[in-house]
Order: sequence, then C-alpha cells, then structure tokens
Amino acid sequence: MMSLEEAKAAVIEEFSMFDEWLDKYEYLIELGKNLPEFPEAKKTDDRLIKGCQSRVWLDCTAKDGVLEFTADSDAIITKGIISLLISVYSGRSAGEIAADDFSFVEQIGLKENLSPTRANGLVSMIATIRGAAEENI
Amino acid sequence: MNNLNKIRLQFPQLAEKVYGKPLVYLDNAATALRPIPVLAKWGELSSRFNSNLHRAVHHIAAVATEEYESTRDAVKDFINASSREEIVFTSGATASLNLLAFSIGESMIREGDEIIVSEADHHSDIVPWQMMCGRRGAVLKVLKVDDRGYLDVASLKSLISGKTKVVCVPHISNVLGLINPVKEVVNICKSNNCISVIDGAQGIVHAPVDVQDLGCDFYAFSGHKVYAAPGTGVLYGRKELLEKLPPYMGGGEMIASVSWEKTTYAPIPGRFEAGTQNMAGVPTLKPALEMVGQLRETEENSNAIRDYMLDELRNDASIRLFGDPVSNEDKIPLFSFAVDGAHHEDLALILDKMGIAVRSGQMCAEPLMDRFGVSGMVRASFAPYNTMEEAEYFIKSLHKAVDMLR
Repeated sequence: MMSLEEAKAAVIEEFSMFDEWLDKYEYLIELGKNLPEFPEAKKTDDRLIKGCQSRVWLDCTAKDGVLEFTADSDAIITKGIISLLISVYSGRSAGEIAADDFSFVEQIGLKENLSPTRANGLVSMIATIRGAAEENI
Repeated sequence: MNNLNKIRLQFPQLAEKVYGKPLVYLDNAATALRPIPVLAKWGELSSRFNSNLHRAVHHIAAVATEEYESTRDAVKDFINASSREEIVFTSGATASLNLLAFSIGESMIREGDEIIVSEADHHSDIVPWQMMCGRRGAVLKVLKVDDRGYLDVASLKSLISGKTKVVCVPHISNVLGLINPVKEVVNICKSNNCISVIDGAQGIVHAPVDVQDLGCDFYAFSGHKVYAAPGTGVLYGRKELLEKLPPYMGGGEMIASVSWEKTTYAPIPGRFEAGTQNMAGVPTLKPALEMVGQLRETEENSNAIRDYMLDELRNDASIRLFGDPVSNEDKIPLFSFAVDGAHHEDLALILDKMGIAVRSGQMCAEPLMDRFGVSGMVRASFAPYNTMEEAEYFIKSLHKAVDMLR
C-alpha cells in the first residue's frame, strides 16, 4: 500500500495530466462510476453528509485503529469526488488521517473549480472524514 | 446589423467570457441581465443625485424625489393601474408578498379562515402565507396542477369555501413556464368574494399585464427579473383594498404624525414605504420597462427558440419536460427538465464548463418537485436577447454532457 503522501502525490499527478476542466470532470465521473456499490440499507440519515446539495452518504468502519470508508452519492461528479477522497484516506490509521491537512484538494484545484455550493459540500465531506478519524483515535 | 444584435449590444454582460468560452446566459428567470440605460440611470443617481427622498428642500433631493415618483407613474402606465397610489415600491416580489400576507393577516384573517395557494407557487408565495396562517390560526389549502403543469382551475370553485379569504397563484410559474389562466382565477375569486393575489415575477417579463383588464386585487413583481436594478419591486394593489390595509413596517416617511399617545399613518402608497427607499434602484424601472417594450419586437425570435426547444426536448425519450404545453403559445421560453441517468447538478456543472449558465436544483419550489417526484431539475430560461445559435449550442452541449455522465 502507498503511503498517504504517495497516494496524494499520485492524485495530484493524475490531475495535472488534464489541461481542461471538462477532462478532469470526465476523470471524476469515471471514478464515480467505478465506486463499489453501496448497500441501500446503509443510505440512512445518520450517514448523510450535511451541507451537500446532492445527497452523499459516507460509512466508516474502524478496526484496530484503521479506518475503512465506503460512500455513495446520487450525483456522479460528487460521487467521483468522494471516491477520490476515500481512495486516499481509506485503510489508514485514524491518527494519520486526523493529522493530515487535506490541502491536496487545493493543490489539484478541485475546491476553486467547484461552484460555491459544491465547494461547501467538499468541505463537509472533508470535515466528516476528519471527524470520523478524531472519534477513533 | 439586425435588430437582435443591436439589442444584444445593450446588455454588456452578454460579451462576457467564462473559462475562455462565450457566456451563454440561460438563467434569466433567476435574474435578467441589465441593459446600458439601466446601468446609466443607476450610476447617474448614485454618483450625481444621491439624496434621501421626500424630506429635504434642497435641489438634489428634489431631483432624486422626482426620479423616484415619476417611476411610479411609469409603472402605473406599464401595468395600466387606475391610479399612481396603487403602486407600492418594495425590495422585490418576495417583499411585496410578505407585506401583503402580513397586512391582510393582521386586518382580515380570523381563526379557521382559509388561504389558497397553488402547487406551482414559488416558496415566496407559499411561506409568507404559511407564516401568517400560523400566526392567525388560518388554514393553507393547495390548488393542484395537472401532469402537464397546468393549474387545475376547474377544481378551484370546489376548493373555495365560505371561509376562503385569499387565493394566490403565479401568473407564470418559475419552474413550469406555462401562462396560467389568471383572469379565470380572478373571476372565480370575484364571484366568491375572495382576494386575488397574482405573483407576477415571471409574468411581468413575458406577458402583457393590464391589471384593470385582469381585475386582480394585487399583483406583485421584482425589478431585477425585468432588467431593472436588484432590490426593487412592486406591489400593485387595488386602491379600495390597499387603503384598508395596515402598515407592515413602521418608521421613516410612512407616518402622518407620531406622538407617545398615538401614531397615525400616511395615506397609500407611502404608508407601505417605511425607511429609506432604494433611491438609485427604483428609477431604473423606467428604462427597464421601456426595454421590455423594445424587446417585444423580437418576439418572433423568442417564439422560434421556444418551438425549437420544445421539439428537441420532447423528441428525446430520456428527457422529462415539466410544463409541457398543449399549445406552444401557452409556454414562455423557460424549460425545466430531468434526464434519465444524469443528475441535474452534474448536468449544470458540466454545462457551466461549456460556458452555459443554467439553474439546477429545486428552484424554490420544493412542493412542486415532490409533486413530480424528482429531487431537482435543470432549468434553461431564455430572455428575448438570447439567440437561436445559443439554443442550438445548448442542445448540443446538453447531449455531450449526458453522454459524459452515462
């Protein structure tokens, strides 16, 4: 498994390959489509991330201090974004996630290229992942 | 240069580029663009004639007051009200409707009375009445729309009871874009002794409005949707009724005299214009309403766009159009739809990167979204300055966006 820094660097490199934002969206859409199926039974209000315009569910399981995230959204680009986040953070220790500054999303220009409502959604997703990590330290 | 191109030059924002692509602005139902004469009036009043209204004796105040009060005459003429006192300036249609719901509620509504709004109403028509019903113990009832999006006017007669005091419907829904038979609604109200309130936020832009012919008691609209400055709006009220209403807000020039024992209020319309008014904004309604007249000359173009858009959207089996007219003439060039397998938000986000500004989501009409069983829609709303090329580019881009998402 890649280290957290390596995983972030890989995402940054992947994004730098695309000049156009439409291509970046296409990439996010692919990620969204490839996200493993999320059980309907888990689409509960307590897993719904507040502050997103589209619906986003995030589930977190902790085992020996290591967190596994699964997620879903009814909007595919949002699903791609959450997929990107969990591909970087899933399978890592709660302490490592909680200590991270999540600045790689700014390095790939994701935050400023989303509409303000989507950017707020992204902030909420990050806050939820960080919150789950802090709870499990 | 053809007429449309000349008109487009009057709207500087149309030359804007987004992400290096020409802006295709199709969010006109949210707010329209502002033409040069409106920008000029706004700038001139702010930079040369900034003064509070009605109060001071100095020259600048006289100019500002004249600009403001002559706008009342222009609005009166535009909607053919019978007197200038019937025109109340507000900050927008939402403020007009809140004023009305409050003042009617205070003076005319008792426990158990009923207010009827429609399923096609904007939240600004629903929530103020709902709040008032809560305060007064009144009941809010709902006039349905059919599957095409038409108001079920036939059921209105049976929905109205002896306790119904107010019926509020949109002239044109901001989601469905169908011109409602408001005159029929008004006539039913008249024969049942109910107050008729028409939300004209979209209607004032797209349909000729003659309040005397229509016969409604109240008609509300915003300035910013009809090319004027934001923070401007109008409440038309039939004089006889408006005079019966108590003020909504106190302070400023809405008084006749103030003492510790008793305050008396100014006559209409000043009674409803508390506090410092939007003295630079309101006068932009004059050039804005003149622009509406000029823009009606391009009606043929708007109708061609409407027909083209209806054909394209109806011919795609994966697209569900909301507000599907029986006859094209019932529809303004405003199209809300959902696409199978493509979320409204994703579509709007991709279209944005193609330079196209559309609206997505619930469009301030959550009950209507529930009615049609969707979490949201995409809305492309055209103004008379939009071109057929833009409509074609929109359809092409929509297909591209859908292909990306599937």
